[in-house]
Amino acid sequence: MTSVSSPRRTLSAFLYRTPKLRLGILLSAPLAWLGFAYLGALAALFITAFWHTDAFTGQVVTEWSLDNFATLFGDAVYRTITIRTVGIAALVTVVDAVIAFPMAFYMAKFASPRAQRLLVIAVMTPLWASYLVKAYAWRTMLSGNGVLHWLLNPFGLDSPGYGLSATVITLSYLWLPYMILPIYAGLERLPNSLVDASGDLGAKSFRTFRSVVLPLTFPAIVAGSIFTFSLSLGDYIAVKIVGGTNQMLGNVVYDNIGAANNLPFAATVATVPVVIMLVYLAAVRRTGALDNL
Amino acid sequence: MKNRNLALAGLASVCLLVAACGTSSTGSSPGAPGGQGFTPPKLDALAQLGQPEGQLNVLAWPGYAENGSNDPKVNWVTPFEQATGCKVNVKSFGTSDEAVSLMKTGQYDVVSASGDASLRLIASGDVEPVNTALVPNYGDVYEFLKNKPWNSVNNVAYGIPHGWGANLLTWRTDKVTPAPTSWSVMFDRNSPYAGKVIAYDSPIYIADAALYLQKHQPDLGIKNPYALDDKQFQAAVGLLKQQRPLVSEYWSDYLKESQALKNGDAVLGTAWQVTVNLTKTEGSPVESVLPSEGATGWSDTWMVAAKSAHKTCAYKWLDHIISPKVNAQVAEYFGESPANAKACAETVDKKHCDTYHAGDGAYAAKIAYWTTPITQCLDGRTDVKCKDYGEWTRAWTEIKG
Repeated sequence: MTSVSSPRRTLSAFLYRTPKLRLGILLSAPLAWLGFAYLGALAALFITAFWHTDAFTGQVVTEWSLDNFATLFGDAVYRTITIRTVGIAALVTVVDAVIAFPMAFYMAKFASPRAQRLLVIAVMTPLWASYLVKAYAWRTMLSGNGVLHWLLNPFGLDSPGYGLSATVITLSYLWLPYMILPIYAGLERLPNSLVDASGDLGAKSFRTFRSVVLPLTFPAIVAGSIFTFSLSLGDYIAVKIVGGTNQMLGNVVYDNIGAANNLPFAATVATVPVVIMLVYLAAVRRTGALDNL
Repeated sequence: MKNRNLALAGLASVCLLVAACGTSSTGSSPGAPGGQGFTPPKLDALAQLGQPEGQLNVLAWPGYAENGSNDPKVNWVTPFEQATGCKVNVKSFGTSDEAVSLMKTGQYDVVSASGDASLRLIASGDVEPVNTALVPNYGDVYEFLKNKPWNSVNNVAYGIPHGWGANLLTWRTDKVTPAPTSWSVMFDRNSPYAGKVIAYDSPIYIADAALYLQKHQPDLGIKNPYALDDKQFQAAVGLLKQQRPLVSEYWSDYLKESQALKNGDAVLGTAWQVTVNLTKTEGSPVESVLPSEGATGWSDTWMVAAKSAHKTCAYKWLDHIISPKVNAQVAEYFGESPANAKACAETVDKKHCDTYHAGDGAYAAKIAYWTTPITQCLDGRTDVKCKDYGEWTRAWTEIKG
């Protein structure tokens, strides 16, 4: 300890005596990130949404107007796209929840500790592969003469082809791990004794599921749904690869940045998913699920 | 609350991007649209070449700047690097709109711009006039390509003509019989190929519908598919809305289109010759034709970015890319007419220039070259206002629904 120089000791002693300053220094970096990069960017987004571009040169004109919002609310096409996007996101969330719950239930309650570890790894492995590889793999599988066509043909069915159902399938596949892992964690925290007690009191398995398991794991499902819903809401790549002629809100934003070079209108459209997420989070909050996270 | 932050973090980064770009632009709008007579920002062409700067960032249509990564035998970038010491980074783009917005980043030195991008780039000051005296091969370029409305303003050249061609009607010969000769197989609501049609994903595609109407509904009075008044525009948009149920996909990535044709997810569509060539080499039976109605097409120009820090390399590239041998290579690989008259002697297929009508100014005049639509009608009408590109863009979102 003799090697510690005295200015450093003075500083550490000073920090020890002033816990508030200590906390301030510790939090300054994350708070700066939150303030500038996150809230600042959101604020800039809203400001840009009120500007417009010169149609010919593509330069942004910084004059205030509500024209962008008038277009957004006035044109039926944006309502259709918003409804389609929310529909896809909701459907993906439901599909993922339905697939993930039995999977997570088995992992948490029946599998041996060794199998549990292997299954967790198995759930995570798709996350190691690139998003694009997986999306293009689905494009190949869903193609008119792809694997799905070959598998389903003997049963008189056919691959859904490129379109909305292909988008839902692909997005459900992509975001499934984000649903399984929170539910698995939630189920692991659920004591087995509660399930046993429910059985002892005469409840059949469905009643136990409805009255004991589901209410206790609901916050975990909500946590997973926030992932799948928000990720689907902002997605524009999968729908471009397997969605046929369909477009989602993300595509409108992307096309306005990339093709039309209309940043202000892209900003206006980008506020829609933000508002939808805020409404979703408020709704979730009312159920009390966020308190248990 | 942790989840909420995580989930919105991705969104925040997008917002940041939007904000950064949005606030960096200033409110000035030089060169408001004014038909042929707009005034571009005052910029001077390079007076003389210096030492090559050692680097060059090229923004090009796919197939225009091949460095052997797609096909080891197709490479005209490496010889350029060896001759000039300019290390070339190539970025390809799928639509003119993408090119315009990428040029605004200021990261690129040269761009191969089609007519629907070039004037916008000139008007916004993203590209500068070109001193053709510093490009020796410019002398051999066909006269009918020089100082055209899409590559010059008031007789000041803003670029070097590269080549031209048409957007072709393409089909799978094993799935589509008889061989089509009219765009009607793509537009007719009773087309037997419903659900198997692939169309181009850009607002400029509205011109294809207008070109079709020009021939099939003469009472609309369309003279130029890029100069549409309200009635003509609504008719073209209506036709595309009618086409949408027939379309399986819209493409902006030519590889995606090639794959769709190869797998039979699309059997018919609008394509570039390069897509047709590529799909053929992968073993799919595809053919293409310039239909009876004519076609939209491109006449491309290599332009130099005003903010480029590698202008000597840029001029060396301009000269290299239209040199007889390279111009011939590009023209054959992409499937278009070369701009350099001497290129015709260098093509592997000696009939290439005849097939593509290279020196035939009269044939070239039949193609409706991509041009940016502006309020002032390009066909010379002064009694009506035409729809500008902003409206074309909004209509395109509406068409896709």
